[in-house]
Amino acid sequence: MPASDHRPASLIPGGAVFPHRHLTGIEGLEPHEIAFLLDEAENWIAANRERGVPDKRLAGLTQINAFFENSTRTLLSFEIAGKRLGADVVNMHAAQSSVKKGETLIDTAMTLNAMRADVIVIRHMSSGAVRLIADKVDCPVLNAGDGRHEHPTQALLDALTIRRRRGTIHNQRVVICGDVLHSRVARSNILALTALAAEVRVCAPSTLMPPAIERMGVTPFTDFDAALDGADVVMMLRLQTERMSGGYVPSSREYHLRYGLTLERLARAKPDALVMHPGPMNRGVEIDSNVADHAERSAITEQVEMGVAVRMACLDVLTRRARRVEGWA
Amino acid sequence: MSRALHFRDARIICPVAGERRGDLFVADGRIVDAADDAQVIDCRGALLAPAIVDLGVASIDHGAFRAGGIVRVGLMPDQRPVLDEPGIVQRSALIGRPNLWIHPIAAATRGLEGTDLAEMAICASAGARAVGTGRSWIADSGVMARVLAYARDLGLAVVVHSEDAGLVGDAVATEGETATRLGLSAAPALAEPIAIARDLMLAEAAGARLHLRQVTTAAGFDLVRAAKRRGVAVTCGITPAHLLLSDNAVSDFRTFTRLSPPLRAEEDRRAALAALADGTIDVLCSGHDPRGPEEKRLPFADASAGAAGAATLLPLALGLVRDDRVALPRLMAMLSRNPAAVLGIDTGSLQPGAEADLMLVDPDAPWQINADTLPGAAGNTPFDGLPVQGRVLRLFKGGRALA
Repeated sequence: MPASDHRPASLIPGGAVFPHRHLTGIEGLEPHEIAFLLDEAENWIAANRERGVPDKRLAGLTQINAFFENSTRTLLSFEIAGKRLGADVVNMHAAQSSVKKGETLIDTAMTLNAMRADVIVIRHMSSGAVRLIADKVDCPVLNAGDGRHEHPTQALLDALTIRRRRGTIHNQRVVICGDVLHSRVARSNILALTALAAEVRVCAPSTLMPPAIERMGVTPFTDFDAALDGADVVMMLRLQTERMSGGYVPSSREYHLRYGLTLERLARAKPDALVMHPGPMNRGVEIDSNVADHAERSAITEQVEMGVAVRMACLDVLTRRARRVEGWA
Repeated sequence: MSRALHFRDARIICPVAGERRGDLFVADGRIVDAADDAQVIDCRGALLAPAIVDLGVASIDHGAFRAGGIVRVGLMPDQRPVLDEPGIVQRSALIGRPNLWIHPIAAATRGLEGTDLAEMAICASAGARAVGTGRSWIADSGVMARVLAYARDLGLAVVVHSEDAGLVGDAVATEGETATRLGLSAAPALAEPIAIARDLMLAEAAGARLHLRQVTTAAGFDLVRAAKRRGVAVTCGITPAHLLLSDNAVSDFRTFTRLSPPLRAEEDRRAALAALADGTIDVLCSGHDPRGPEEKRLPFADASAGAAGAATLLPLALGLVRDDRVALPRLMAMLSRNPAAVLGIDTGSLQPGAEADLMLVDPDAPWQINADTLPGAAGNTPFDGLPVQGRVLRLFKGGRALA
């Protein structure tokens, strides 16, 4: 039975279906709670496409996007999600903030709290930083990526993409390939996909493979061709250019030789296997253009679309208590 | 001169002579067979043991030391400024007296940079009792060989931190499931035995005295055990944290558990308990390194490593006795006589003639470790909330009452 079918959300009354105050990670979420967020996101996909009567349920609420690490895509996605729901969205870029003047993270958090934000979205370069802030503020906190720890909305949007394109997540063979060691996307995806009963394989050169990763319920591979065998989904990770110059990998062309997703390689996966990438892509390094742009196989632009829907769902769900939604207050 | 003391009806724990119930006399700052006109201290069966010699503290923290029964400390060289100049060494050696005797561990290399030999003999004449590498490691084996050979000439022990810096890199945790789940940069535990193996071989070749300040891995203990069997002049220490906690304590990114070296896997912790039981470990120290909230209320990787340990060393150590991990006289040797021997100091005995550095301890007094109320400069303890037993009732340095 697919884990996503475990306990239909409709049978659980009100806020009990998602009792968490924050979303700091996939860790700690029950499978039915993940499925609930995916179901909620589904509702926003059609609304976003139709652009009918706007739903401004977050009107009057202040959403602060506190990004201590540079980001374009995720920040934009959270901003659009908040604005679609009618929230007043304020972006705080660490590069322009008092963080550079030596203010500590806790002080920054207390400042944001004192400004009476209704929801705070945080990205930070240190693992655990978001949880540290979540403990200090009164409003819900959404993790938009902390160090190499977690990036929960990315995992949710990836799960949603897989569920829509493949019909289910249960028993899907998902290969996550790339810099698993430094990747928060990989960690959150491993947690979400294993919780929803997918078969997860991770693939990387040993220099980029976290020790004891099999303890997270995945099968590690160093041979990409072997990992791809019979795959339903191939999820490529971005490799930072600074890690391709001898530190972890000898060169980008050697990386492409061993781990680049080419059409030829993709043939080892199932004929209808889905190709995913969290972006931004290094075309010609981890993924070839004719794979990334493949009309039937690539879900990369769809992932971006799902991202907005998932973030709308998370912002909506996390603010329900404050908005005194019936059954949640 | 303070008045003579008569400790009546104490449970006397002497690292040299063992345990006995009875009386102990102090006159003129030393333990004597009998004393006239002595002030009677009725001990009612409380523990009377040598006061603690804490080898390798990161900073001077009188409040924590007094509460912890510590009257002598070996001070790490990585101070600001580094302990590599006679003036600085001499000042450090004198500022604590008469209540606290600070024994500086001078820098083995100039500025602790691991390249040029420091003026060890001059620093020794200024009061240094050993030389050390501080929290860092000397990467260049040629330099390390010369440090050991030169220190041997001077009869100084070399106190080292055993972590191969290349393997450690920017790691803040030990490789394993916890670090992988939390997304913390991690180094293999192997970084320790690799460093130990090299230093043991170099020390053996040089005939030098080597003290491994903290050994925390199974492979590290195996190396030390084998070296001792070969007769290498090596001793090793550990803090209670590595005996009682493993890396799963890091879960939830608790920065008070960010230590140097980092907490290890559970198998390594068990190996540490075995090494405690079989006598491989010589020294139990606090590693006292108080860090305020400005250094700890940060994301895990950004927080400073280190824990306040002086005030909790004794109760945690007594817990090891209660759990039958170690016998009481040997524990007291690990807390006084053995660390003093590394520093070339003959103390940690309750035999007549010995200096009267004493602590009177209620080993059963229950209390709860509380980071907010811990005595000392900061409360960054990984044992926050833990109920413990054992309190220092009275503390004496050279027969003078401190508390």
